[in-house]
Amino acid sequence: MASVAPAVALRGIRKRFGAVVANDGVDLMVAAGSVHGIVGENGAGKSTLMSILYGLQRADGGSIAVHGTPALIRHSRDAMRLGIGMVHQHFMLVDTFSALDNVLLGAEPGWHLPGTRARARAKLQALMHDSGLQVRLDAAVEELPVGERQRLEILKALYRGARILILDEPTAVLTPQETEALFATLRRLRTRGTTILLITHKLREIIALTDAVTVMRAGRVVLDCATADTTMDALAQAMVGRRVHLGRADDGVIAADAEPLLQAEQLRWRDASGVTRLDDVSLSLRAGEIVGVAGVAGNGQSELLDALAGLLVPDHGELRLAGRRFTPAAWLDPTTARELSVAHVPEDRQLRGLVLPFVAWESAVLGYHTRPRYDQHGWMQHRAMFDDTVAMMERFDVRPRNARIRCAQFSGGNQQKLVLAREVSPHPRVLLVGQPTRGVDIGAIEFIHGRLRAMRDDGSAVLMVSSELDEILALADRVLVMNRGRVSGELPITACTEAALGRLMGDADPAAVVCA
Amino acid sequence: MTSGDALPRWLDLVVLPLVNLALALLVCGIVVLVVGLDPWQVLASLAKGAFGSRIGISYTLYYATTFVFTGLAVAVAFHGGLFNIGGEGQAMLGGIGTALVALALADRWPVWAVLPLMTIAAAAFGMAWAAIPAALQAWRGSHVVITTIMFNFIASALLSWLLIHVLKEPGNMTVESRSFGPGAHVPGVHELLAVLGIEWPRSPLNLSVALAALSAVLVYLLVWRTRPGYTLRAVGFAPEAARYAGIRPRAQVMFSMLLSGALAGFVGINEVAGVQGRLLLDYVVGAGFAGIAVSLIGRNHPMGIVLAALLFGALYQGGAELAFEIPGFSRDMVFTLQGLIVLFSGAMAQVAAPTLARAWFAIERRMAPRPVHG
Amino acid sequence: MDDVAVGTLIASTLRVSTPLILCALAGCLSERSGVIDLGLEGKMLLTAFAAGAAAAVFGSLPLAMALALLVGVALSMLHGYACVSHRGDQVVMGMAITMTAAGLTVVLGIAWFHQGGQTPALSDAVRLAPWFALAPDVLAATPTGLEALAIGLLGHNGMVYTALALVPLVWWLLARTRFGLRLRAAGENPAMVDAAGVSVHALRYAALALNGALCALAGCYLVLAQNPSFIPHMTAGRGYMALAAMIFGKWQPVGALFACLLFGFLDAVAIRLQGAPLPLVGAVPVQAIQALPYVMTVVLLAGFIGRARAPKALGVPYAKTH
Repeated sequence: MASVAPAVALRGIRKRFGAVVANDGVDLMVAAGSVHGIVGENGAGKSTLMSILYGLQRADGGSIAVHGTPALIRHSRDAMRLGIGMVHQHFMLVDTFSALDNVLLGAEPGWHLPGTRARARAKLQALMHDSGLQVRLDAAVEELPVGERQRLEILKALYRGARILILDEPTAVLTPQETEALFATLRRLRTRGTTILLITHKLREIIALTDAVTVMRAGRVVLDCATADTTMDALAQAMVGRRVHLGRADDGVIAADAEPLLQAEQLRWRDASGVTRLDDVSLSLRAGEIVGVAGVAGNGQSELLDALAGLLVPDHGELRLAGRRFTPAAWLDPTTARELSVAHVPEDRQLRGLVLPFVAWESAVLGYHTRPRYDQHGWMQHRAMFDDTVAMMERFDVRPRNARIRCAQFSGGNQQKLVLAREVSPHPRVLLVGQPTRGVDIGAIEFIHGRLRAMRDDGSAVLMVSSELDEILALADRVLVMNRGRVSGELPITACTEAALGRLMGDADPAAVVCA
Repeated sequence: MTSGDALPRWLDLVVLPLVNLALALLVCGIVVLVVGLDPWQVLASLAKGAFGSRIGISYTLYYATTFVFTGLAVAVAFHGGLFNIGGEGQAMLGGIGTALVALALADRWPVWAVLPLMTIAAAAFGMAWAAIPAALQAWRGSHVVITTIMFNFIASALLSWLLIHVLKEPGNMTVESRSFGPGAHVPGVHELLAVLGIEWPRSPLNLSVALAALSAVLVYLLVWRTRPGYTLRAVGFAPEAARYAGIRPRAQVMFSMLLSGALAGFVGINEVAGVQGRLLLDYVVGAGFAGIAVSLIGRNHPMGIVLAALLFGALYQGGAELAFEIPGFSRDMVFTLQGLIVLFSGAMAQVAAPTLARAWFAIERRMAPRPVHG
Repeated sequence: MDDVAVGTLIASTLRVSTPLILCALAGCLSERSGVIDLGLEGKMLLTAFAAGAAAAVFGSLPLAMALALLVGVALSMLHGYACVSHRGDQVVMGMAITMTAAGLTVVLGIAWFHQGGQTPALSDAVRLAPWFALAPDVLAATPTGLEALAIGLLGHNGMVYTALALVPLVWWLLARTRFGLRLRAAGENPAMVDAAGVSVHALRYAALALNGALCALAGCYLVLAQNPSFIPHMTAGRGYMALAAMIFGKWQPVGALFACLLFGFLDAVAIRLQGAPLPLVGAVPVQAIQALPYVMTVVLLAGFIGRARAPKALGVPYAKTH
């Protein structure tokens, strides 16, 4: 029994967003001066829990105690005052300011900058020496590499007296070397007595770094123990859950001739900040199969879909489709993709899939608006557009069954059905779909799944990106797992055990374990 | 969810502009009071001056013609997601184009040949003036609002130079070109009506009014019924969705700005060829800015723009009449109202809408208790 | 050119640049905090009218300036109310202010003074007097070679020197104070400022208040120093030229100063150059010189002479996301 009060004690935390229960009576005890990992898939509730702790959200029920004292945290200011600091996934920095100014902002010791900066610099240099964090204080943030920017964020929190540090998926944007440097920093902070909460889905990081680990799934805590008392397999299983998925009645009908409909080779892409998002990704799609792309969001799945749909031009790689070859010099574009019978249901339906202010019958032809049926010598055929929309809405059970109202007025699930209806109706040979049932109610999920299976049975190829492992396991014939922009593994559905998938998703490559 | 989604369509399109107009008139009424006049008297005299006589109506329609052109110009750009403040400059260039064709051809060629050419030149010159800011926005990311403002001033300097150094008649003190030949004569409406046997007083109202009406109809058809209009609106509402659909944003930027410039250029036909018969310095004065007000209160729809243009035409004509009748009243009152309309229906539109929505829903709840849908 | 000519040129440059400098500084403050200000023209106009009217009616210079300041700040607060608090369109608001001011000044001018929109001519007692009167003995005392500078720099009224002094002051405010740091951050990444516990709206309103005051000083200058009274539309587009100078100066006070001096110089020189042949170019029409500031700004915006990087959050209304 610890005689020191836990640094953080969350009891019975409840939070719901509308119909979704993000946290369902969560208890969390974090020992002072320890590194505590919080693991879970997307939607498990860990980000919500930490938002509540940091004051970005307020819990519907439950209590918080910091270092033994009950605390009421209504705003991040309250959290900061209690010594809680957070390093977000998306940095809160002003690119044109120096690192020093970024640390200062909001916590300046005086109104006259030069004197203030000097005082802060002294304090920061002591902090940097203490913690081992090195940041070039006078460089503009835009010149700093991602790892150094993250150190700056940690420094910001420490400067404000943080004794409890929350890190939200910190290694998502780091190279392996930067990850090692971060681990060293965190270990050093631990020896200074800082308590660290590490939100991650990467199991090897948990094993390498943490003292204790809590696994969350569907808003609840499913496992909570000392890291030494558990294994990666146990964590993977807890994260993914017990699912019986072997021996599905509808094993895929894969055409005997293995000529792929779509083949992508060695796709590579780096985003504007130099982070590699696609790292040598190759895949092929055959007629009559559903390929599921699993993995925690942010590991390159979105970029992969975009590249295959013609919205992103990779730096390197090749795409073969319908007898044509595409290279980065002359890549696919969305119009050509549709001409070649490739349809795309985007992950973000509100931003991309629909023009929200358009009425339903206008959005229903988005992307197909140049087809002769809808566009005759430049004149839009409203009658045809309307009739087809009505038919689509009927087939896909879009409610309300009114093609004249604006897309913004449909619920999320119905918007999704509308987009799906549009993309599936032309019977494409390849369907690229991202998060097909995100925000869709239970009844509609089954319906959509049925449509995807029907497409497969008709001989189309479906590439489905989903962060819902249940969905992947229910539909896919083959599963690709993406991690850090690479395909970390490919398994036929029959080989998808919880442990295998969890390990692939959790980046639990034993060869890469860092010794403490 | 924006308040535009919360309000039923008819409220959003009809009542909201009227509410904003009422607010602007209210504030203007206060100004009128401060100045020592009776707002109701002013309003009544305005209406009389604008619609009370045939010549008044003619002037109203003549002013409205110019405002329809500049209003449509702003609206077309707006549907493409851009704010074209360069209507003043584009209208100036339209006038220059008209004048150049007229000066070159109108002495020798007949009207039925010169008129179409002048119209094309007006559109082309307006288009050309909008093309550079458009290209800079599309390819270099330069903010189209700032560049079009700059181009207004450059146009003014260009016009001034052209008139003083190139086109001015030697020996003439006034800064204007020589009069156009007979081929550039845009038939006045009174002349056309005379052909039909109807007697109508002489006024600046000319055939351009038909061009304005035609433009409004064509813009409506283009934006809401054709594929270029579909892609334009898609880009204006949701650039990311448009990209997803294979629509190229740069092409749309160019398309909307060029069309916008062409429409503004038509002002040249109305003012330079239709009324003045020669090129001078100040035929545009304020038309571009009035177009912004017209488009805002007309909710960027040709129907609304025509109505708003008529309103502004009435204000300009009524205002001119009032300036004669009432000492102390000048057309600047109309400019003030114009600015207030831009204020309430443009910048402060967000302020009125939620209040209106709340009021509407309160009324709705009171009138018909509805069962809750599943 | 002899000393007198050079000196006169410097002097007229400074005189023409003064309202530009004041408005450009006002624009800098507002836009660095993230709020687009296209109403500089209107604010300068309405405050000029307020100063001219008040001076004519009350005969008091301090009162005239106080009233102008009041009007300027009020307009900026209106801009803030519509755009910061209610997230209205900043471009449209700026245009609305300018259009309304243009009409309102003439309407009130005619109604109150019956001189076709002009305010009555002000006596010297009410206007800003020149400092360092250029007495002949002062000139005689200056060493040779500096006569041009003496003529150019001395003998201006207080507002000219104030404008020049305000440039380092505004620079210091932005670069060397906590307020300036926070203001600049609000224009680059308001979410970060909010997360740090500082109110973005408060910063923007403060910037707008200063903006209104500076525009008012420009308006005062027009009526109390440059011209003897208010004349309808007397700003003649200078508010937009100040905007161009601010952009040309890359939203920095010192850069804006140089841009304003350059534009002012072009204006002062335009008339003189008319018809006079320049090397390589021949006779340059005055209109070309008048258009030059605007052409240069466009060229800058097109990225052909270096990048003009606007504050990242410029024009984007800030709304808390949680």
